[in-house]
Amino acid sequence: MQPFELASPKTREQAVRLRGTDPAQATFLAGGSDLLGLMKDRIETPGRVVYLKGVGGLVGVRSEKTEKSGGRLRIGALTTVDDLSADAALGFEYAAITAAAGRVAGPQIRNVATLGGNLLQRPRCWYFRNGFGLLAQRDGKSMVVDGDNRYHAILGNEGPAYFVQPSTLAPLLIAAGAQVVLFGSQGERWLDLERLYRIPKAEGEREHDLRPGEMLTEVVLPPAAGRKLASYEVRQRQTLDWSLATAAVSLEMDGAKVTRARVILGQVAPVPWVATEAEELLKGKTLDHDLAAKAGEAAVAKAKALSQNKYKIQLARVAVKRALIAAAGLTEEGA
Amino acid sequence: MVDYFWPEAKDRHLIGQRISRLDGPAKASGRAKYTYDLLPQGMLWGKILRCPHAHAKIKSLDVSAAEKMPGVKAVRVIQGPGTEIQWALDEVVGVAATSEALAEEALRAVKVEYEVLPHFVNEANLEKAPKVDAGAEEVVGDPDAAMAAAEVKIKGTYGMPPVAHNCMEAHGQICEWTGPDTLNAWCSTQAVAGLAGQFAEGLGIPAANVHVVTDYMGGGYGSKFSVDRWGIECAKLAKLAGAPVKLMLDRRAEITVAGDRPSAYGEIEVGAKKDGTLVAWSSKSWASGGPGGAGNPPIPYIFQVPNRRHKHSSVPTNRASARAWRAPNHPQGAFLTFSALDDLAAALGMNPLDFFIQNLSITGQLEKVYREELQVADDLMGWRQRWHPRGDSAKGLVKRGLGLSIHTWGGRGHRSNCEVTVHPDGIAEAKIATQDLGTGTRTVIAIVLADSLGLPLDGVKVSLGDSRYPASGGSGGSTTVGGVSSSTRRAAQNLLATLFEKAAPELGVTAKDLEAAEGKIRVKSEPGKSLSWRQALALFGQTPVTATGANPGTGDLTSSGVGGVQMADVSVDVETGVVRVNKMVAVQDCGLIVDLKTAESQVYGGMIMGISAALSEEKVLDPVTGQVLTTDFEAYKMAGIADVGELVVRMMTGPGYDERGVIGVGEPPVVSPGPAMANAVANAIGVRVPFLPLSPRRVLDALEAAGTAVKKETV
Repeated sequence: MQPFELASPKTREQAVRLRGTDPAQATFLAGGSDLLGLMKDRIETPGRVVYLKGVGGLVGVRSEKTEKSGGRLRIGALTTVDDLSADAALGFEYAAITAAAGRVAGPQIRNVATLGGNLLQRPRCWYFRNGFGLLAQRDGKSMVVDGDNRYHAILGNEGPAYFVQPSTLAPLLIAAGAQVVLFGSQGERWLDLERLYRIPKAEGEREHDLRPGEMLTEVVLPPAAGRKLASYEVRQRQTLDWSLATAAVSLEMDGAKVTRARVILGQVAPVPWVATEAEELLKGKTLDHDLAAKAGEAAVAKAKALSQNKYKIQLARVAVKRALIAAAGLTEEGA
Repeated sequence: MVDYFWPEAKDRHLIGQRISRLDGPAKASGRAKYTYDLLPQGMLWGKILRCPHAHAKIKSLDVSAAEKMPGVKAVRVIQGPGTEIQWALDEVVGVAATSEALAEEALRAVKVEYEVLPHFVNEANLEKAPKVDAGAEEVVGDPDAAMAAAEVKIKGTYGMPPVAHNCMEAHGQICEWTGPDTLNAWCSTQAVAGLAGQFAEGLGIPAANVHVVTDYMGGGYGSKFSVDRWGIECAKLAKLAGAPVKLMLDRRAEITVAGDRPSAYGEIEVGAKKDGTLVAWSSKSWASGGPGGAGNPPIPYIFQVPNRRHKHSSVPTNRASARAWRAPNHPQGAFLTFSALDDLAAALGMNPLDFFIQNLSITGQLEKVYREELQVADDLMGWRQRWHPRGDSAKGLVKRGLGLSIHTWGGRGHRSNCEVTVHPDGIAEAKIATQDLGTGTRTVIAIVLADSLGLPLDGVKVSLGDSRYPASGGSGGSTTVGGVSSSTRRAAQNLLATLFEKAAPELGVTAKDLEAAEGKIRVKSEPGKSLSWRQALALFGQTPVTATGANPGTGDLTSSGVGGVQMADVSVDVETGVVRVNKMVAVQDCGLIVDLKTAESQVYGGMIMGISAALSEEKVLDPVTGQVLTTDFEAYKMAGIADVGELVVRMMTGPGYDERGVIGVGEPPVVSPGPAMANAVANAIGVRVPFLPLSPRRVLDALEAAGTAVKKETV
């Protein structure tokens, strides 16, 4: 690990000032379950690490009920994934989110990993993690395309990025309509969570849209207001593993009819993937097994397999179908 | 002349009981110090710069900047300019410094220029290798005529990738020079006695001057018999620096260069009569194990089909050499053979259990053992009640199936010497230069010694893991328990002979009238007439009494050849390809069991390791860079406790088993999980998944190839 300076600010303002605007010079540290490994492997080599634990107001779930906003939940970015999984207010409103938080990694990781860290963790791409860069290019050519891409993207994979966005929570939070609060030297701004992520076009670009020096301070969830939320993760191992494909859905229903649907895929694209085709297909229709299966087909209609990840198209298709079935409370076919 | 024997069941007070390992509390509490934990006074940290390329020539190398760094005490060029590197992460430069961070900094200051050469590591396309070492074809009987005459036959291609050992304690050692040519080495090794000679040879010093110590050891599985280049370099760095140096591999190096199990692929044709009797076998197999050989799996495994042909080829690749991996060659032989035999049973329309039983007559000396074990396994799994023909016809997307496999292993006790000393306080101590890899060796020796001397467990002490004790073999091939039990038993019996000789006149009888039991030396026919151990020892003045024992020797204390049966019950989600283990049953024999609990633990451990390898493990080599991509426990997928299902272990004991003496059991139980699980998957989904691991990708690929993939909800 490269030697670094540790800064422990007490306020957001101090934190942002200490962080500066050059990502090569300084980085924020929350739980550290991702950053420390990256630093040990010299994937990240910041000269200064700005530790956020002492910064006030970044922990906990707060229910906000005013005349203007009816019961939003504001979740501090430094809330641990374990606390999130056990939060009564969040569980009451969005049981699917607390349940998903409880499935992240294993207990040791959940005890230190934070919500902000889960959303902003770096991709798990094994080329990236073995030091070949986020886009894993050599002589201007992607190693992923000719190499072992069994876990890589099937959507949004026109290149040069082929990694997948790994957050367990992002697809569900996006489906729930989450916004994030970002704080930087210019002050605070709000952003829909799905707009936080972007597909980098060149090495050196990041996979998110944080401005230099900005920190994520909060995630804000609107009231569930009767929407039905669910996710389905296809996992090979039961614990300590990332899912191979995830689908998160949110349904606004009028009886059995879907009035509005959000279908977000995880682990299949360099960003949490909004399956617009599936959302459109579901709108105005009665949700049954057949429609759920069709929505699964629609979600992967534009998917393109690399040399070794064709199976992930099937996994994404099934994840969408099963998430919809779960959200609608239908019984699994044949169960 | 002492007559060596194991006591009859009625005379055993500890042997065969279920006894917790003696070092369990020390390990669970952290008091047990492994090589990795030790920090001798003044110790430096050793690290190695490794070549990032799978095949390259070192053009130039400059260590001057590293040598000048404060805190850097030694720098050694391991492979210099002109050297051709044959695999990624091979050793280039070693350094020793006052901190880990400094050692790492020093490595970064070394400048190396490589000429990168073409590499080949493509496991998926081994046939594209630049070179293939074809083995000789072995032919028995007339396979062509027999195949032509076979009433039912199948043909299939099956395979498994390389998997890593992944010892929790990485390879490594601490070296300290105590004089110009005297060395202390704390090593994570499977061969305490053997390593002294290897150090001596590598360093040009007398073997008697090398003192190797391994108090506790964090797993080896066959990968830790060698001093390795990093061991010799550690000693040389320590000499250069004039201080002890610790050099342990990091996880990336451990997974990449510290050995693996070779891959294996095979094309097999096998034929039988309509009643299931095997008549013909024809196969070719190929495998990669690094630059050299890739083992030679026994194919066909166990079933010696009367007419058979087989040929095995090794494909050299640019990856670090394979090493013995728990039951070397057997998991590959079993997986290739039993995948094909299970497909044949399906083609015959036979229950695989009946098919196996039908052909037991060609399994050799263990036929009776297999027959008994298949019966026990059937009972524990409920096989006959629950088995269904291939393809679970029950409704739903999750299909359930059963699979079975059998296995064998040698396990005869290795060469071993043991010295037993009884101190005047009556405590008996065994000294033996063996090592406890975590298997329970320490506990087993204590049980044999205490049982033999009629003492309680706390009346004995076991000293091992030190090359200055009487030599004992390396812990490989499941040879340790038979070796150390036999040498300890003989030493104990020799000791008793000496004691009885002296005690007999005191008790007014002859030596043959005496026995050691319940903490006393007593007259067999009059147990009330006895001497305490202290009283007996007093007859020798204040001098301890010592005796030695060796293996091999007279008396049948160990033998070779164990059999095991495993059955798997799995569920497969046919939409996602996710395989889950519901239950595994293992029935295993290993002759006379010294400690039922640690023997069972070996079987549990073997099953878990085998399940993990079958379910999710794969050492992934990148065709583009030639590097291993699975360099940590995130990418290298080991099964967790939630993945292994319910495990049931039954050891075969009693008449027919005990009289074979003590036989090792470390390796055999790791052989069968792969074929048993893959056969269970085929039974569940009706389609063979021919390649391990049984990942969603492999399962969905197989379903798609068979045209039965469930893509749409069936209405």
